[in-house]
Amino acid sequence: MQHSNTQDTLVGLFVAAGIAGLFFLALQVSNLSSFTEQKGYTITARFENSGGLKVKSPVSAAGVKIGQVSDISFDPKTYESVVKMRINAQYNSIPDDTTASIFTAGLLGEQYVSLEPGGSSEHLKQNSNIEITQSAIILEKAIGQFLFKSAEEKK
Amino acid sequence: MSDSVRSQNSLVAVRGLSFSRGDNKIFKDVFMDFERGKITAIMGPSGTGKTTLLKLIGGQLRPAQGSITVDGSNVHRLRRNELFVLRKRMGMLFQSGALLTDMNVYDNVAFPLREHTHLSESMIRTLVLMKLQAVGLRGARNLMPNELSGGMARRVALARAIALDPMMIMYDEPFTGQDPISKGVLVHLIKSLNATLGLTSIIVSHDVHETSAIADYIYVVSDGKVIGEGTPTEIKQSSSEWVQQFMDGSADGPVHFHYPAKDLQDDLMSTGKRY
Amino acid sequence: MMDFIQTLGRNTRGSFTKLGRATFFLVQTITGIIEILPRPRLLLKQLYSVGVLSFLIISISGLFVGMVLGLQGFYILSDFGAEETLGVMVAASLVRELGPVVSALLFAGRAGSALTAEIGLMKATEQLSGMEMMAVDPIKRIISPRFLAGVISMPLLAALFSAIGIIGGQIVGSGLLGVDEGAYWSQMQAKIDFQDDIINGVIKSLVFGFVTSWIALFEGYDAIPTSEGVSRATTRTVVNSAFSILGLDFILTALMFGDD
Repeated sequence: MQHSNTQDTLVGLFVAAGIAGLFFLALQVSNLSSFTEQKGYTITARFENSGGLKVKSPVSAAGVKIGQVSDISFDPKTYESVVKMRINAQYNSIPDDTTASIFTAGLLGEQYVSLEPGGSSEHLKQNSNIEITQSAIILEKAIGQFLFKSAEEKK
Repeated sequence: MSDSVRSQNSLVAVRGLSFSRGDNKIFKDVFMDFERGKITAIMGPSGTGKTTLLKLIGGQLRPAQGSITVDGSNVHRLRRNELFVLRKRMGMLFQSGALLTDMNVYDNVAFPLREHTHLSESMIRTLVLMKLQAVGLRGARNLMPNELSGGMARRVALARAIALDPMMIMYDEPFTGQDPISKGVLVHLIKSLNATLGLTSIIVSHDVHETSAIADYIYVVSDGKVIGEGTPTEIKQSSSEWVQQFMDGSADGPVHFHYPAKDLQDDLMSTGKRY
Repeated sequence: MMDFIQTLGRNTRGSFTKLGRATFFLVQTITGIIEILPRPRLLLKQLYSVGVLSFLIISISGLFVGMVLGLQGFYILSDFGAEETLGVMVAASLVRELGPVVSALLFAGRAGSALTAEIGLMKATEQLSGMEMMAVDPIKRIISPRFLAGVISMPLLAALFSAIGIIGGQIVGSGLLGVDEGAYWSQMQAKIDFQDDIINGVIKSLVFGFVTSWIALFEGYDAIPTSEGVSRATTRTVVNSAFSILGLDFILTALMFGDD
């Protein structure tokens, strides 16, 4: 076992490189850095239709991501979609008359919740409700309406 | 020497041993005794299962019938860890040497010591150098197995086999393929180690000359049976034609020159097949 | 016809007994690991021959696979005007599939075949038998460290493969084709999930490392101890590992990424 020292070094380098690769994947490639259970508060919004929104879809304000959707459920009484969102703790001064809308990022992109702040001096807190909501635009519906309209105009 | 004295003083006793591989019966009801402190040889033509017998004694194979006792314990009744304890007291020299090819000579001889003892490296070094000195290869300690000649590899393997000071050593064809000098060295080593370390030796061989020079007792095996036994002189005077043919090395006799085949004329006239 | 059925029966019986032997072998190998843990030097030596010596082929292959992905992905995505998502495409392909699968296939070819040949030759030259006669269990002393080294090395190699591939994709994507570097990374970070993608990829490569090492070592240990026997065992290692890796990949993918 004459070469055991160089062997040790090479094995050490190999293991270190492998672990560095794993760290790279975890921190640089994936959402681990934003995924770590950040402190925050949960708010609820009710939509007539939440469209293609999914758990973990982003919640943004003025184009900046401030949280993510944590739960989507159907309310069998009001026939509405109940969307719970977790907002990062640092954004703790969002007015309670904020509007929540579901938009699509680009034509084929994923759907996200956009918050448009109102003017109230009260702020959203844990378990607050957003009263004013605007549903997702369902593309088929919109196209249907458009065709229907243009058909009527032609008459 | 009477049989009862031999069996009383035997380290290894083979009783009614039968063993077969597939449909091929290798041993049929064989009885043998290997006396303590003596060199006993098993001789016979190639392919008669002499190596198999050593593996049976070492517990690597199980007999179909019969028993083998080594130093009072029935090898095939032992549990695995008990068998391993017994094997530490048995050395075996394989035909090829069976040295570990990824280690040099020194580490090969140190291998059983490192595996089975908690000796310090300096103790191990002393022991290894002593064993290598005994086989005359102390100067070759840094060579790798592929740099050794066949005879040297066997001597290293011998040093390794005696590393744990066993009570017995089994030699599998120690002289095969060796030049006359290496043969002489091995003959000398086997004899002197047996005497100085108080070993019991079992040699499996078909080299008549070398084996009869050192063996105290010889079993001649053929076709799964013991067909002759006795001291070397007794064997040489054996009345059995077969034993005579084997000891003299004649081409034809009870053992035919030709492998069993159909008549030559018929064979040559048949169409044959290309492969 | 009778012949055919007989052959089929014999082969079936043969594969079952082989599977039985392989399972028994695996159990012994895993129990052996406990006993070699106090001797890290045995493991270190094997990590060298199994891991370090596969490092180069894995890194270079990873780089090229990543660069090809960058190139192909760019051509397809630019048709939809979605070049910014190139990072997502490259990273998802590598982390989920190509990293674990391709590195496992390379591993089987590089390290697996070497293990089979090594063990097979040790058997052919009576080294294993000799060890047994020295009261040393060859499974514990020879097989277990190699097995553990294979299981440890595989996820590390796969992670390296993916990481280098992603960098390769970035070199081609933003270096040559002009995809915005910030978009490459940020889109990737937004879409690649730590748990669903990275962890599942690591689990895959662990499974592949386990299976490949098992196959390679068993084929060597079970080889007919002749030159032909060892060469056939080596071939079987590569073929069987490839089949197992691809088959298991399908099953694992179905289990892991089934419900999104």
